Amino acid sequence: MITAPMFKRFATFLLRLASLVGFETVWAQGKVQLTIESWRTDDLKIWRDTILPAFMKKNPNIEVVFSPTAPTEYNAVLSAKLKAGTAGDLVTCRPFDKSLEIYDAGQLVALNDLPGMDNFSELAKAAWTTDDGKTTFAVPMASVIHGFLYNKAIFKELGLDVPKTEKEFLAVLDKIKANGKYIPLVIGTKDQWESATMGYQNIGPTLWDGETGRKDLIKGSAKYNQGGFLAAFDALAKWRPYLGPGYQALAYADSQNLFAQGRGAIYPAGSWDIGVLRQMNPKLDLGAFKPYTFESKTECIIDDHPDIALGLNAASKNKEAARTFLSWIASAEFAQLYANALPGFFPLANVKYTLDDPVAQEFVNWRKDNKASFRCSYQILSRNANPNNENDLWNACAQILNGTETAQQAADIVQKNLASWYKPQQGT
Amino acid sequence: MSRRRPFPVHILVFLAPAVLIYTLFMIYPLFDSLWLSLNNKTPAGGSVFVGVQNYQTMFGQDLWAKPFWNALRNNALFFAIHMFVQNPIGLLFAALLGTRIRGTRIYRTIIFTPTILSVVIIGFVWKLILNPAWGISRGVLMTFGLGSLDTPWLGLESTALVTLSLISVWQNIGIPMMLFLAALIRIPEDLLEAARVDGAGAWKIFWRVQFPLILPTVGIVSVLTFVGNFNAFELIYATQGALAGPNFASDILGTLFFRTFFGYQLQPADPYMGSAIAGIMLLIILTGVLIYLFGWQRRLQEIRY
Repeated sequence: MITAPMFKRFATFLLRLASLVGFETVWAQGKVQLTIESWRTDDLKIWRDTILPAFMKKNPNIEVVFSPTAPTEYNAVLSAKLKAGTAGDLVTCRPFDKSLEIYDAGQLVALNDLPGMDNFSELAKAAWTTDDGKTTFAVPMASVIHGFLYNKAIFKELGLDVPKTEKEFLAVLDKIKANGKYIPLVIGTKDQWESATMGYQNIGPTLWDGETGRKDLIKGSAKYNQGGFLAAFDALAKWRPYLGPGYQALAYADSQNLFAQGRGAIYPAGSWDIGVLRQMNPKLDLGAFKPYTFESKTECIIDDHPDIALGLNAASKNKEAARTFLSWIASAEFAQLYANALPGFFPLANVKYTLDDPVAQEFVNWRKDNKASFRCSYQILSRNANPNNENDLWNACAQILNGTETAQQAADIVQKNLASWYKPQQGT
Repeated sequence: MSRRRPFPVHILVFLAPAVLIYTLFMIYPLFDSLWLSLNNKTPAGGSVFVGVQNYQTMFGQDLWAKPFWNALRNNALFFAIHMFVQNPIGLLFAALLGTRIRGTRIYRTIIFTPTILSVVIIGFVWKLILNPAWGISRGVLMTFGLGSLDTPWLGLESTALVTLSLISVWQNIGIPMMLFLAALIRIPEDLLEAARVDGAGAWKIFWRVQFPLILPTVGIVSVLTFVGNFNAFELIYATQGALAGPNFASDILGTLFFRTFFGYQLQPADPYMGSAIAGIMLLIILTGVLIYLFGWQRRLQEIRY
């Protein structure tokens, strides 16, 4: 039986609860909290101490929290949170299919009309745009750029100049090889992906005319075993005589270490390597040169690969504040902060920013003078489980460098496997 | 007339926990994965029953059949090396440790130690030892004037799988050694003494007395090796990655299953075909175990000392 005092107590409790909730609402009206989902656990400190305070100073009524999950678990955790409706307001997006799936499931918002979106080129947005090219659903944050790093001290010692063409490149390698003291070209084939990513996709865009070739491949009018794509396999095969002893069993970390220790002269790189190498050996005299040109193709096209973006959770209750934040992500202020906090990850917005690291700055400078494209297998072509185009490229490029397949053989296999499931490649 | 005993209900009570746990964590997942292998995804993303179509694809389409036969061939070689290198050497060690050599305990411990280490550590250590840039294998070979033998063992199609098999042998040799040793120790001294009195030498005693008496253990070790090897995965994954390079030269059923079921890098996961591979692995292991049960164990006489 409920007694009067009990009822009174219960009623007071309810009232208090109500007032608490009310207080919460008032508080929330004063200050909106946004949460960012991300896999970049490494960058927690940079976001918390550098990037977010800069935004919150300008927008005192928005509080942003960076809440990352371990990279290997991110995809699973995010999809579970999105399903349960507990995911943060802002979602860090991996490039291409992984994010497209989330958008197609209705869990991300289209951002075509976001102020600041016109700061990005079509190329920069491609990784977070639907197949028809009409809807963009995330604000591009950063890309990585491919090129070559070299040891300036060794170049000076041997009196070498930075090569610009394939002929000069091979001549430089010949000289380093003849000297015998250093490994001319530091790359191993054991982990396979460097052969494709730092090799094929690095020097390839110049040969297949960048975006033209990449789009033709998707349309089915270009093929891996013809034209520029075949030429890129051929060009890669020319690296073989200059690799270090036992390169077939050298892993990626081994190559990084060899180069950081000054045992090799030239290192086919991704821009993220800059930070890693600087940490391994701060005294390393690092220089960079862009992918070389060829007799048949004299215009260098760089690989500017989109890597990370920020999307808006469709279930977010604070969409207005989130959009304010996303517009800021597209701004020059963010670009300047982010680029310097993470040398090697380059903001994609067409705004001016300068980098403290001269080598990283060198990489960004290439954007001004050169056209760009990105890895040819990443959009649409690697959707199939077996055969998978990206895995095929890894294997093919590693086989070419190992000398177990010729460029033509490797190209034929990659093409045959792609055509086995990809309709546009099945015509004549 | 004796009364019929009541049904022993307490036996059910005692069995229940084990049966429940085993059913929940072993039998149910097993049948669920077999069921999964009989389904496939619809274009809309749902799943639909397709009968044995996944298995037909696996054997009928070159794109699946070639990697599968490659993995099976590699797995067979992986097993053969364990069977004909690990187990005989394990037996040899056991026989030596069974004699009165000094320091048998120390040897026994040293040989058994790698077995209890994590595979990830084993993979990492051997990757370092064999590393062409800073590994010690080159230096060691040079010391013995064998520098010309130095090659990137894990990087060549011709050597990768054999090297990995031998690393695995090095790690696991303690297990057959211990099992053989336990069996050898159980043989009563008077049998050996009788043989000695009859004038048999150590060699003859081993082959005519000891070996026949440990045949049941030989069978057990073989079947354990078989099951372990056809389920193997970790060492290859830890040293060569999921693509089991170079050019799939070290790809075994476990790594093929992993890539297919869970996907890798840009390769999307295909749980249906992955389950089909798991189903075939189950069939292979089941066949091996049945051959052992009916072809070997039934013929053995029980030996009582």
